[in-house]
Amino acid sequence: MHAFTYHKPSTLGDAVSLAGKHGDGKILAGGQSLVQAMKLRLASPTDLIDLGGIKDLASIKADGSTVTIGAMARHAEVEANADVKKMIPVLARLAGGIGDRQVRHMGTLGGSLANNDPAADYPAAVLGLGAIITTNKRKIAADDFFKGLFETALEPGELITAVTFPTAKRAGYMKFKNPASRFALVGVFVADTSSGVRVAVTGAASSVFRATAIEKALSAKFEPDAVPAGTVKAADLNSDLHGSAEYRAHIITVMAKRAVAQALGK
Amino acid sequence: MNAPLIGARIERKEDYRFLTGAGQYTDDVTLPNQSYAVFVRSPHAHATINAIRKDKALKAAGVLAVFTGEDLKVGGLPCGWLITDVNGQPMKEPVHPSLAQGKARYVGDQVAVVIAETLDQAQDAAELVEVDYGVLPAVVNGEQARAKGAPVLHDVAPDNTCYVWALGDKAGVDAAFSKAAHVTRLDLVNNRLIPNAIEPRAVNGMYSRADDSYTLYVASQNPHVERLLMTAFVLGLPEHKVRVVAPDVGGGFGSKIYLYAEDVVVTWASKQINRPVKWTAERSESFLTDAHGRDHVTTAELAMDKDGKFLALRVKTTANVGAYLSTFASCVPTILYATLLAGQYTTPVIHCEVTAVFTNTVPVDAYRGAGRPEATYVVERIVEQAAREMKLDPVEIRRRNFIKTFPYQTPVALMYDTGNYEATMKAAIEIAGVSGFAARKKESESRGKLRGLGYAAYIEACGIAPSNIAGALGARAGLFEAGEVRMHPTGSCTVFTGSHSHGQGHETTFAQVVADRLGIPMESVDIVHGDTSKVLFGMGTYGSRSIAVGGTAIYKALDKIIAKGKKIAAHLMEAAETDIEYDRGVFKVAGTDKQKTIGEVSFAAYVPHNYPLDKLEPGLNENAFYDPANFTFPAGTYVCEVEIDPDTGFTKVEKFTAVDDFGKNINPMIVEGQVHGGLTQGIGQALLEGCKYDPETGQLITGSFMDYCMPRATDVPSYNLETRETPCTHNPLGVKGCGEAGAIGAPAALMNAITDALQPYGINDLPMPASPATVWKTIQNAKQKAA
Amino acid sequence: MSIKVSMTVNGKPTSAEVEERTLLVTYIREELRLTGTHVGCDTAQCGACTVHMNGKAVKSCSMVAMQAQGADILTIEGVAAADGTLHPMQAAFKENHGLQCGFCTPGMVMNAIDLAKGRPNLSETEIRDGLEGNLCRCTGYHNIVKSIAAGAKAMAK
Repeated sequence: MHAFTYHKPSTLGDAVSLAGKHGDGKILAGGQSLVQAMKLRLASPTDLIDLGGIKDLASIKADGSTVTIGAMARHAEVEANADVKKMIPVLARLAGGIGDRQVRHMGTLGGSLANNDPAADYPAAVLGLGAIITTNKRKIAADDFFKGLFETALEPGELITAVTFPTAKRAGYMKFKNPASRFALVGVFVADTSSGVRVAVTGAASSVFRATAIEKALSAKFEPDAVPAGTVKAADLNSDLHGSAEYRAHIITVMAKRAVAQALGK
Repeated sequence: MNAPLIGARIERKEDYRFLTGAGQYTDDVTLPNQSYAVFVRSPHAHATINAIRKDKALKAAGVLAVFTGEDLKVGGLPCGWLITDVNGQPMKEPVHPSLAQGKARYVGDQVAVVIAETLDQAQDAAELVEVDYGVLPAVVNGEQARAKGAPVLHDVAPDNTCYVWALGDKAGVDAAFSKAAHVTRLDLVNNRLIPNAIEPRAVNGMYSRADDSYTLYVASQNPHVERLLMTAFVLGLPEHKVRVVAPDVGGGFGSKIYLYAEDVVVTWASKQINRPVKWTAERSESFLTDAHGRDHVTTAELAMDKDGKFLALRVKTTANVGAYLSTFASCVPTILYATLLAGQYTTPVIHCEVTAVFTNTVPVDAYRGAGRPEATYVVERIVEQAAREMKLDPVEIRRRNFIKTFPYQTPVALMYDTGNYEATMKAAIEIAGVSGFAARKKESESRGKLRGLGYAAYIEACGIAPSNIAGALGARAGLFEAGEVRMHPTGSCTVFTGSHSHGQGHETTFAQVVADRLGIPMESVDIVHGDTSKVLFGMGTYGSRSIAVGGTAIYKALDKIIAKGKKIAAHLMEAAETDIEYDRGVFKVAGTDKQKTIGEVSFAAYVPHNYPLDKLEPGLNENAFYDPANFTFPAGTYVCEVEIDPDTGFTKVEKFTAVDDFGKNINPMIVEGQVHGGLTQGIGQALLEGCKYDPETGQLITGSFMDYCMPRATDVPSYNLETRETPCTHNPLGVKGCGEAGAIGAPAALMNAITDALQPYGINDLPMPASPATVWKTIQNAKQKAA
Repeated sequence: MSIKVSMTVNGKPTSAEVEERTLLVTYIREELRLTGTHVGCDTAQCGACTVHMNGKAVKSCSMVAMQAQGADILTIEGVAAADGTLHPMQAAFKENHGLQCGFCTPGMVMNAIDLAKGRPNLSETEIRDGLEGNLCRCTGYHNIVKSIAAGAKAMAK
């Protein structure tokens, strides 16, 4: 790990101003991806701005139709939260399937989204449910947030503070794990929401994306058998040691069917 | 005190320290004033090193020294086994430098070392070493390396061939094939594996000016061999001036047998800077530098008569040995492989030809099983395939060919002393519930899943021996073991063994052997290993040899203790020595009630007031060296049952049954643990693990746990184990060894189960690891072919 | 640059001036010389470095020491009773031969204790799932699973 200067601001304002001042610095949330990258010298920030000292960034609040989760909420907290379990059970399950127990005790929602790892789980939930990402500056719709490989709509000095998830009539998430890393080789999030059916796919491409043809088919008939095969083209997908693009395209169909079945309680 | 300890499930003596964080692994050792080494490694698979500039690194904070191959002109890392090729020529042995000399031959090859006050400083400075590389084309595949025009690694081997070696009766095999009713042929790849003991390699070396000596702490499976090779062949140091300590070692699986470049560099550098130098591998470095395992490409043919009786086996293998010959690399695909191709069967003639090839990859050497998993994979895959082609039950074809009388001379050099293959087969069938398989298969099919059952009836040869035969076959080392029993005046004892424990539990099993034989409590016996300054000599632990060879050495030392004890007891009880009997801790005068305990005799030996000083030396301390008369031959039957999801290609191991014959078991609890671990590594090979290099650049693609799939708890089932016993005939304990069996038998059983499940598609082979993507793709290809 | 880090480790206050890039595991192993916590990988998979932070299992290789500033850390050295009596989970590993080389063991035990808290009847599936973040190369997990099931029961007594 290269040397860096460590900061631990106690207010969001201080964090924002530190982030502005240290352009080659990085925000440290849970650190479960960032610290690894720094250890391997793949990331070498000049400054680390630790959000761990800021109060109220980890709260989980529910109202009638949404659950708002603070950026610093740990995966394990989301997994165990009674409101999340009651209102969006699939989100609790998804959080409980990220990484491993130890990682879930440290990793955060905001960190995961800001990193936008192409194989992360949370982006699938955020995009699949059409969540709203709140930053220190603005509110960003999920559809506008994920921009590409490890890229988001966040501007320099902009920090995620919370994410508001709408409830869904029914929703499911099925992940087919990369056998080695246990990240999603393909993860498909299916939600029947008040604004229609949304299907988000993670792990398969450079960034999470919506499978619109599957959405359309499921809007007509929300049944596993309605999921059409071959609508996500292999040409747009990742190919690696653990799965060719062709394989991933196929697994998207399989996982989508299983996610629908899960949403239907089958 | 007198309950038998052999065969008892005794909790391990070593566990308390491991469970409380008190284990002392090499990286836990801190020497006064120690410095830290970081290696600069080649980022290229094949490159000339045109220049190395160290000035920037030397000026960096905390840097004590930077050394390159220019500074370290010493002997090459030796290979311990000379293979003679089919033309009677010695194998090609390119120089294996500790720091690259003008050329790097694999990604990770060590080019320079930076030593600094702190680890962070050494890492920072290592980035400042500038190396001017001339990148050369690379080759990573063994067969491609033999092709015309392939990049040449070493001038001494212009065709990249280390040797072409053969064993068996070629003419006899050809004749048998010409008369065969049926020939089954299989092309097989035994995938390259990365050992990944959870403790990364580490070394901490210290030089003492006071007496011109070195002390080296190193994560090693055989500290005496490490010392011998380093002093005699590489650094030219006096052996008695080097102490090698292998303290607690966090798993080896073969990868910590070898003398590695880092060990040499650290030892040498500690004198140059006159400070202790410590190096601990990062996991990424382990991937790039620990000797890999397997990597065979094989064609096998089995000739049969009309009843499925085996007439002959013909095997041709290309073994990728990597960029250099590691310490025992040359004997793994030859002596430890071809000799096992008879398996459990009476195949009368066998011929095997092996071509060993250099490539731009990490050196390949013994990894759990070493040659024997490769042999078992060939035999048990082709036997299962033969059964399919002959429309015979896979059990029936095995039974028709089992060796039933012992001793049995195979056509590939080995003489099996004992065994009962029907017993392990029969038990495995029962325990695995084979009779209920059809119903389970039906149930799986009702859920759209495929179910398969596969067998492997393996044999292995452990405790490689005897030394004179091994020497005739090219071994450059002895294959005995040493043990010493030191009785203390108060009746307790310390036992020194040349075996090394890195998970095997020797501190417990060896203490059981000693406590049982001497009739003293387990608590009164301590086992000491892993320190050349304490243990008289040792060949270390590998090849499941410890109890059979190391245990026997101790046993023979115990015989000497008892023999001397009888003399002392005879004097103390004023009886004839011939009248003294020894029974579990007590010397008795036959036919009387006179007796002396071993404690009383020990006391007399060290406080010799009433003692036959004219006839006998005081003290009770004996050592023994044991060189076995033959290998031991553990064998058994494994039955694996899998369920495959054809939609995803995902394979779940539903049941795994292992019935092994290890001869006598000293501690069944520890034996089972060894089998569990071996099976999981075998399942790992078949289902999960596979080292992959980029064929163009020679970059290691599976260079971390993110890409190299290690077996996790969710990947394997709980196992069903039993043992059957035919005691080894040529060691006094009747033991055979159990460390590798699981890794040897499991891959074939699992792949046979997978191909059984895939029979509806006519699939008889697919590559390991049978990852979901691979299984799915194989099914799609078969479907397309059928359509 | 150096920075002062302070935390409670195994019930005792600790503090040191360290480089800011010091990992929690490095602080524990090198500053405090508590070498029972191990490092087996550099990508956060093996779990040999698992400790408890404020009662929860975390990977001490995946955080800088400053992230544990003021926290309550428990390492394998602090698990047994003061008189040396093993914690029920440690004892279960010993009784069930849940360890071989011992290198992954501290991380396994630390994760297991956290996993088993208030859950005396862990199923085999729950245990295996709970071990997703811990690698063992020796035991094949069979006896680790048995140990944790037994340890969970014993912890509830």
